[in-house]
Amino acid sequence: MAPSLSDVMTPDAAALAAAQKGEGRAPLKAGSPEHDLFTGLTRLGDNCLILGHRVSEWCGHAPVLEEDIALANMALDLIGQTQLWLGLAGEVEGRGRDADALAFRRDGWDFHNILLVERPNGDFGQTLMRQFLFDAWHAPMLKALEGSSDDRIAAIAQKAGKEVAYHIERSADLVIRLGDGTEESHARMQAALEALWGYAGEAFIADAVDTRLAEAGLMPAPESLRATFDETVNAVFAEAALTRPESDFAHKGGKQGRHSEHMGHLLTDMQWLQRAYPDAKW
Amino acid sequence: MYAQMVKSEATDEDPAKLAAFQARIDAGERIEPKDWMPEGYRKTLIRQIGQHAHSEIVGQLPEGNWITRAPTLERKAILLAKVQDEAGHGLYLYCAAETLGISRDELTEQLLSGKMKYSSIFNYPTLSWADIGAVGWLVDGAAIMNQVPLQRTSFGPYSRAMIRICKEESFHQRQGYDLIRKMAEGTPEQKAMAQDALNRFWYPSLMMFGPSDKDSVHSTQSMAWKIKINTNDELRQKFVDQTVPQAEFLGLTIPDEHLKWNEDKGGYDFSEPDWNEFYEVLKGNGPCNADRMEARTRAWRDGEWVRDGLMAHARKQTSRRVAAE
Amino acid sequence: MSSEWPLWEVFIRGQHGLNHRHVGSLHAPDAELAIRHARDVYTRRNEGVSIWVVPSAQITASAPSEKGPLFEPANDKVYRHPTFYDIPDEVGHM
Repeated sequence: MAPSLSDVMTPDAAALAAAQKGEGRAPLKAGSPEHDLFTGLTRLGDNCLILGHRVSEWCGHAPVLEEDIALANMALDLIGQTQLWLGLAGEVEGRGRDADALAFRRDGWDFHNILLVERPNGDFGQTLMRQFLFDAWHAPMLKALEGSSDDRIAAIAQKAGKEVAYHIERSADLVIRLGDGTEESHARMQAALEALWGYAGEAFIADAVDTRLAEAGLMPAPESLRATFDETVNAVFAEAALTRPESDFAHKGGKQGRHSEHMGHLLTDMQWLQRAYPDAKW
Repeated sequence: MYAQMVKSEATDEDPAKLAAFQARIDAGERIEPKDWMPEGYRKTLIRQIGQHAHSEIVGQLPEGNWITRAPTLERKAILLAKVQDEAGHGLYLYCAAETLGISRDELTEQLLSGKMKYSSIFNYPTLSWADIGAVGWLVDGAAIMNQVPLQRTSFGPYSRAMIRICKEESFHQRQGYDLIRKMAEGTPEQKAMAQDALNRFWYPSLMMFGPSDKDSVHSTQSMAWKIKINTNDELRQKFVDQTVPQAEFLGLTIPDEHLKWNEDKGGYDFSEPDWNEFYEVLKGNGPCNADRMEARTRAWRDGEWVRDGLMAHARKQTSRRVAAE
Repeated sequence: MSSEWPLWEVFIRGQHGLNHRHVGSLHAPDAELAIRHARDVYTRRNEGVSIWVVPSAQITASAPSEKGPLFEPANDKVYRHPTFYDIPDEVGHM
């Protein structure tokens, strides 16, 4: 493309382009509608990013080839969804950060995923249970987001919803099969459920940002998804002969950027190249 | 290649049957699993296809090593999709081998016990992000040299698997070249990584084709059976001739001071890799042999309860259905 | 207990309404999972809109030794092929 007049006349065209993209603009003000929306979108995107990252760790190490391929498909879906959510978040923020900048250059405390998705893979049973608990929230969440007052959100939710409908079908079915498989597979699934149940509740706990987003019709109130979630997991646990833990105690903090120790290691791994060679293009 | 040093099995069967079999192959017919075939043909194929399948599966590991560190979301997705394809290719090949009367579990056990081999190349480490480019460009490039002609191999299921694999692989080499090109045209550090990757992967890539097979009896038999289409030297020469200009375009230097265009033969003269190193790697003394086998063994052993659990559930469901009827 | 998952043959019908076509095989503990595996393994590039799976053990194949008697009789039935008939150019496309 030929340089435009302004490019020719401005001594530092790069700086101008950067300014047009919003680079160097002041951060969004906490509590502003833009900041709320940005936070809500990073919550969605970060969940997909971190879970996709975890699932991708399985590639080449799964129990059987068919499952290796299936896990990679899920991770690919989640990475694709990450690009959409974080892409939109960057657009809303208006400071020139794209999905990659948000994924690879933010610090841990600026990530807003729930703690569940950063749990280490553990054995296949834990990976599967983590996926199922996530899907059981994710599917109704996307369904509700299809009705968002923001068309961009509704469109992403619609696309992601189709992928996640398959994820939940798959993870629910596998939980049932392994819960009702051998003695060992049953014991491992029960252990996985007990280890992870305390991380299932965070997604349903609202903070002020969630409440304002719900009031604006942008995203559903987190607690409104709980009934569907309970219905799904109760039915699956019953068929899988798994016992739902009595306490609904929920670890929280991830949505507000207070993460577990695992998160730092994950980010070290994931962000290393971008951080070590900040001037490089990949 | 992905199947290196495959010894062809001797065959002592009815000469008339053997002649008829050979005539079918010479006529370009495909041999199908239920057709009569010499025992040597069957055994050689099991070894070759099995080794090829193992190479795909073990080959997931060096590239998988960088999935979590891929520097952009797009690169992460591309790499994951590519390594996933390799699992798929392993799966297709195991299925082709299974038509010859061996199960996938048996093949897996033979890999893990060291009875069966996989390509030497996957015993080299991936040390920088540029290595992921080098693997796609050089290793997949070398593999394609072999796989394209194998689409015409005489054994039907093997040929069909290769057709599918070649179709899917078409993006693998290109993504590797695209990746290393970004590095070669990038910052000084990136450029250094790209050159270093080429330095380390050049000779191991040449080794993939196996030692010179001019005088090998096994190769002659396999070529008559059309389960080997070209000699190792032919393919290696073709690979070098194809790769040198690609390296020049990137501004990278092939680590061979004797590399020179030879007008008479219409190809490059180049240095032989260190074949002692090759034999050591095959014997288990490559930089990563132990790690690769450990990773595969762990995946197989740790996955046992999952495979058994799912099978047990399927059996229970069947007996419940039967009881209900 | 360690027993290998049975082998299944996979047939896929593509976008354009052609017949289901054999694309390969895979392992699965039962039919339902075989379908899912087929979706994950054989439709990664948008290849299909419908999947059939059949246990490999249930496939009955023609015997190679009968190839002559089974297929050669069709060889000389040339009148079954449209090119057998000469239609004058003036008649137009038929």
